[in-house]
Amino acid sequence: MAGAGDEAAVLPDLLPVYYRRLFPYPQYFRWLNYGGVRKAYFQNREFSFTLRDDIYLRYQSFTNQQELEKEMQKLVPYKIDIGAVYSHKPNQHNSVKAGNFQALEKELVFDIDMTDYDDVRNCCRAADICHKCWTLMTIAIRVLDRALEEDFGFEHRLWVYSGRRGVHCWVCDDIARKLSQTARSAVAEYLSVVKGGEDTIKKVHLTHPIHPSIEKAIVLVKRYFREYALENQDILGSKEAWEKVLAMVPEEIRENLQTEFINARNSDKRWDMLKQSVKTTKAIFTAEEIMLQYCYPRLDVNVSKGLNHLLKSPFCVHPKTGRISVPIDLKTLDSFDPFSVPTLSSICRELDSNKKPEEEDVTSKESEPESKRRSRDYKKTSLAEPVRIFDEFLKKMEHSRKGVLLEQSDSHRDF
Amino acid sequence: IVPYHVAEMSQSASQNILYFYCILYFSCFPVLKSIENIGVSFVKTSEQYSKKLEAELRKQRFHFRPVRSPGVFEMRRKDHLSHFILRLAYCQTEDLRRWFIQQELDLFRFRFNELPLDKQQQFLKHNDLDYNITAEEKEAVHKNVIDGSRLSTIKMEFLLIYKIHFTDAIDLIRNRKVYLNRGYAYVPHPEIVIIVLNEFRQILSKALALTKRSLPVIESDERLQPLLNHLSHAYVGQDYSMQKNVGKISLEQIDGLAVKSFPLCMRQLHKALRDNHHLRHGGRMQYGLFLKGIGVTLEQALQFWRSEFIKGKVDAEKFDKLYSYNIRHSFGKEGKRTDYTPYSCMKIILSNLPSQGDYHGCPFRHSDPELLKQKLQSYKIPSAGITQILDLVKGMHYQLACQKYFELTHNVEEVGFSHSHPNQYFLESQRLLNVGRDVKKEPSPPEGSQRSQNSQPARPASVSAPKSADRLASEELEMIFSDG
Ligand code: SF4
Ligand SMILES: [Zn+2]
Repeated sequence: MAGAGDEAAVLPDLLPVYYRRLFPYPQYFRWLNYGGVRKAYFQNREFSFTLRDDIYLRYQSFTNQQELEKEMQKLVPYKIDIGAVYSHKPNQHNSVKAGNFQALEKELVFDIDMTDYDDVRNCCRAADICHKCWTLMTIAIRVLDRALEEDFGFEHRLWVYSGRRGVHCWVCDDIARKLSQTARSAVAEYLSVVKGGEDTIKKVHLTHPIHPSIEKAIVLVKRYFREYALENQDILGSKEAWEKVLAMVPEEIRENLQTEFINARNSDKRWDMLKQSVKTTKAIFTAEEIMLQYCYPRLDVNVSKGLNHLLKSPFCVHPKTGRISVPIDLKTLDSFDPFSVPTLSSICRELDSNKKPEEEDVTSKESEPESKRRSRDYKKTSLAEPVRIFDEFLKKMEHSRKGVLLEQSDSHRDF
Repeated sequence: IVPYHVAEMSQSASQNILYFYCILYFSCFPVLKSIENIGVSFVKTSEQYSKKLEAELRKQRFHFRPVRSPGVFEMRRKDHLSHFILRLAYCQTEDLRRWFIQQELDLFRFRFNELPLDKQQQFLKHNDLDYNITAEEKEAVHKNVIDGSRLSTIKMEFLLIYKIHFTDAIDLIRNRKVYLNRGYAYVPHPEIVIIVLNEFRQILSKALALTKRSLPVIESDERLQPLLNHLSHAYVGQDYSMQKNVGKISLEQIDGLAVKSFPLCMRQLHKALRDNHHLRHGGRMQYGLFLKGIGVTLEQALQFWRSEFIKGKVDAEKFDKLYSYNIRHSFGKEGKRTDYTPYSCMKIILSNLPSQGDYHGCPFRHSDPELLKQKLQSYKIPSAGITQILDLVKGMHYQLACQKYFELTHNVEEVGFSHSHPNQYFLESQRLLNVGRDVKKEPSPPEGSQRSQNSQPARPASVSAPKSADRLASEELEMIFSDG
């Protein structure tokens, strides 16, 4: 496996190949064009490119797929962000009278970043991740995805690995894209349970009765808690570790537990003691509160709130790790492994080594349209699977769009 | 409609300006101010709160119920009228608008709750909010609705439930105070008021925005403008963006001042900055604007932040690239050139909650009581005082807790100002420390005029409401203001 340093070094050589032969433009365009239902929806979308040496270009926009392709191949962006759909073409924003240029719509997005869990991870710090803490992301996706679907009724949720230490969610339903800033922040607040900064010890407070949505989150967290927190993170494994947990239990039982813990065999046993012991106090939800503080998704509310906030695009290459920002299939979420996500160098290698077996296709000469050749190219690499997941997502969206259209035309026919 | 009214208004306004002044000053401002005070001391949904507010409104002869009795007509007109001018006065800055809307909403909530059930339902029907669910559906969701709304058990058969799309129930969703299923919020009757309030808030902010746009018309009336300025300041407090003492503070003084004269929130930020050589965005804004407010100049601010940041992970070049723009921006030197005003306590307490890695916010509101206690102990606050402060915190009176902290650290028995702004805290502290301890005996300024440096006439303690409204061109004005 190539180290992080190597990945950064190969960017200038391999990115052009990626954008020329592998990037899934047709799917990408199909996504952001939303069936062309609204005029200029794609044209008025903001993209921002970060080029080599941190040159940052905001307010890029493109009339169609061809133009997008051409520009990406020309500029070879190290990073691509997607912004809002504006009232005018973003690349002409300077010629629009100030105040008239406004962000109108955007997917409802969520950004979950492992750095926000630093106070509850024992394995890594900051930008580092490992298999142990990745479970936090799995839990986050499970909890949020359930709430987005069952509570809010959103159907089209695209989960994407950010390429380094977190995940993003793009909620693409019509209603989600049209939400106001206030509504976005309200949804994000609804989904935030862990609250407080460096100066807060206890960041989750539950009161009776527990909200149905939190109740369901607790059920999901419980599925992972023992293995993740008690075994892998071993949050009650040493005195130092359990002091942190005990700071959250009511004072009256703290001392007692401190002594009991010393004699207990392992985290598992200590957890049971704690659960027993809090039942005798008024703070009956302490165990649940601790579980949520350690595992409940921590989202960056500011990212979700802003209508014009930019978020890194799917299928962009992470400049440090070289990993592709790929969609995640929730059916196989528990086995998703961020370390085996295709990297820029791995897929380029695959492209080269898989050249020969294709020989039987004699007609694939210069005469063949480039787009066709490309559609076969990515299939030769491990990018095929992520693109398939993306494709599936798009099909479902197109399907329900057709449903709506039918409904509308039906109601017109009704005379 | 509003701009049209405004245009008409500015003519009659100039003629009746003195009269307006009286009406406003003596009748409606105190009402909003009382609403604020009562809202600080009581939980807004408690019975105590309603009782207190009702008594206060009665005392102030404020019409709050559609009762048929002589004099009501007149009072209602006064209500509309003052509401309208208040709108003018408060639409000028963000902070003022926020304050005004908050008080108006509280008043509205009170009035709505006072209505009998059938009148409430009439109102809902009128506003297309009348979506009752079927008996079967009710059966199915009932437990979840109760849990989701955090109601103590109410007999289901008495409970009306409205099913509305979640985008219409934003305020309930924000606080997770409603059961949500597949995009719909199930709102039990007592909570529907929040939906109504939300609607009212939108109407109000739109009206304020419209009024603001037509402000040039008003501004050309040189008699009205200073009056409006004056009135709005008197009650919300000044914005502390323009200080007389710009440049009178040297950077070397800041460490000392942080201990002596900064409120807890700023002391905490200062310490975090010195310890970590870094502050995240929320902290930089809150602290940076405060420093600007106490008189730190742009050049000093750049120097101050740079010298601290480059001790940490940021080198000088990166600092200039990433941060200096924002600092210049907050001084109104970049971008839209808005001169940002220092945050008030209300803003600090209510908006932008601190999260992991943040040090901003109000320690009385956002710190764990246990940590707050430790902190106060380390600042050598006597334990009796700490108990008092923690009690206030428990009762959610954060600003009063801060005020108590001020009293304890400045050795005064009563502060003599009602604390609402970190920069005010600083000024008052400096005033006390510079004059010496004797100031203690100085009579406190009259209630409601917190800003002694404002050349504002003190409000007489008791004034009866102006006697009649018929000095106004009544018919016409009734029409003009009936949109209040
Ligand atoms: S009450 Fe105001 S001044 Fe005091 S600590 Fe809180 S925010 Fe700061
Ligand atoms: Zn780890």
